[in-house]
Amino acid sequence: MTRDVLDWLLDGAHWQGGEGIPLRVWQHVAYSLIAVGIAAVLAVPAGLWVGHTGRGRFLAVNLVGILRAVPSLGLLFASLMILGPKIPGELGVHVPVQVVLVVLAMPPVLAGAYAGVEAVDPAARDAARGMGMQGRDVLLRVELPCALPLVFSGLRSAVLQVVATATLAATVGLGGLGRYLIDGLAVRDYAQMAGGAVLVAALALLLDLLAATLQRLVVSPGLTGKTGRRTAAGETAASSDPRDVGVLTEGSTR
Amino acid sequence: MDWILGHLDDIGGYTVQHAWLAGLPLLLGLAVAVPLGWLARRRSWLYTPIVAGTGLLYTIPSLALFILMPLVLGTRILDEENVIAAMTIYTVALLTRTVADALGAVPDDVVAAATAMGLGPVRRLLTVELPMAVPVIAAGLRVAAVSNVSIVSVAALIGVPQLGVLFTDGFYRDFLDPIVAGLVASALLALLFDLAIVALARVLTPWHRTPAAARSGSEAPS
Repeated sequence: MTRDVLDWLLDGAHWQGGEGIPLRVWQHVAYSLIAVGIAAVLAVPAGLWVGHTGRGRFLAVNLVGILRAVPSLGLLFASLMILGPKIPGELGVHVPVQVVLVVLAMPPVLAGAYAGVEAVDPAARDAARGMGMQGRDVLLRVELPCALPLVFSGLRSAVLQVVATATLAATVGLGGLGRYLIDGLAVRDYAQMAGGAVLVAALALLLDLLAATLQRLVVSPGLTGKTGRRTAAGETAASSDPRDVGVLTEGSTR
Repeated sequence: MDWILGHLDDIGGYTVQHAWLAGLPLLLGLAVAVPLGWLARRRSWLYTPIVAGTGLLYTIPSLALFILMPLVLGTRILDEENVIAAMTIYTVALLTRTVADALGAVPDDVVAAATAMGLGPVRRLLTVELPMAVPVIAAGLRVAAVSNVSIVSVAALIGVPQLGVLFTDGFYRDFLDPIVAGLVASALLALLFDLAIVALARVLTPWHRTPAAARSGSEAPS
């Protein structure tokens, strides 16, 4: 069986054309990045605001909890049936799917942002105030940079969530790598299904790795404990692996 | 609404099936994560490979993992074992780090006292460290439970019956009632799992329930 899957993956004919692997990968990445991008634009500022002011925290925590418990497959079908008929043409499939992807990406991003600001060392905040910074400066120049590790961990779990759900979107007629899994299922072609599954898993790992690399570049080394001084003092701060901090992979639905 | 009332038997049956497919892996996953987490804690050089390795498994999308299971297990694609195994993998991915960190958070003097009382590593783990770690492990288990309940519904696509069947069924018949029923039943099941774990953790940690009055008496503040 493994042999068939390998043969399917290595068959040159599967790597070109309108149903080829490169196009499917590109579609999958595009759906995912659009959704995570929109979710980030909406949820990062909202989360920073909740963390900074403490207002709406109760609402945010519960919203995040409830959305995590919603099965993505049910949400996807419901969205398509309710929104689909209202939107003409091909957008009638794309828009309802993107809405669901954004809705599923928002809880981890929101949680990462408010937890990140809340976890900022009060001494750093006090020091900023002591230096004469006002609310907005404190948030953007001190709290945001300090919160970045958790903001990123939220974004990374959103990426995983969205890549997984975008796979399911093939059931409602969208492209992406999910096509191989769903089409393979329909015609009982196990090699195609498993080949597609390998590609989806590899894409998820690769995107997570890219996000981790980006995080390493963006987050100040002073926060990751990688500066020689602090490590020498034996006072290593949180490691750069975002999984070290609780909110991260916590219970996303895929 | 009429549809839901007329199909309560079906919905109940799917719910029981769903609880089985999401619940059994919680127990199996915990049974794997405890020794793994313990090992990661005992041999510090194993911590990163074990915790990062299990965490990585969580990145695999569920439909892909379900489909890849026959390749690993030698099962057939429609077998329910694929779902049980995949959900166990997700549970292990979420719980191993929790267990390792929970065991690491047990105060050193408690471990030292247990050792001084003559407990070997295994008895110390079972009678002192694990009970102390229950609140943190329970918190991790609650996350895994909610996650499992919502992920299992994807298995409807590979033909393993549970509440997810209501989603596919409703979608292919262009009928919203079954989907709503599935969403509600699935949310209720997640809530039930959550409450059960909270209750179990309470029963297992009687020292957290000591009334404030009794504690402020002769006992030293903890």
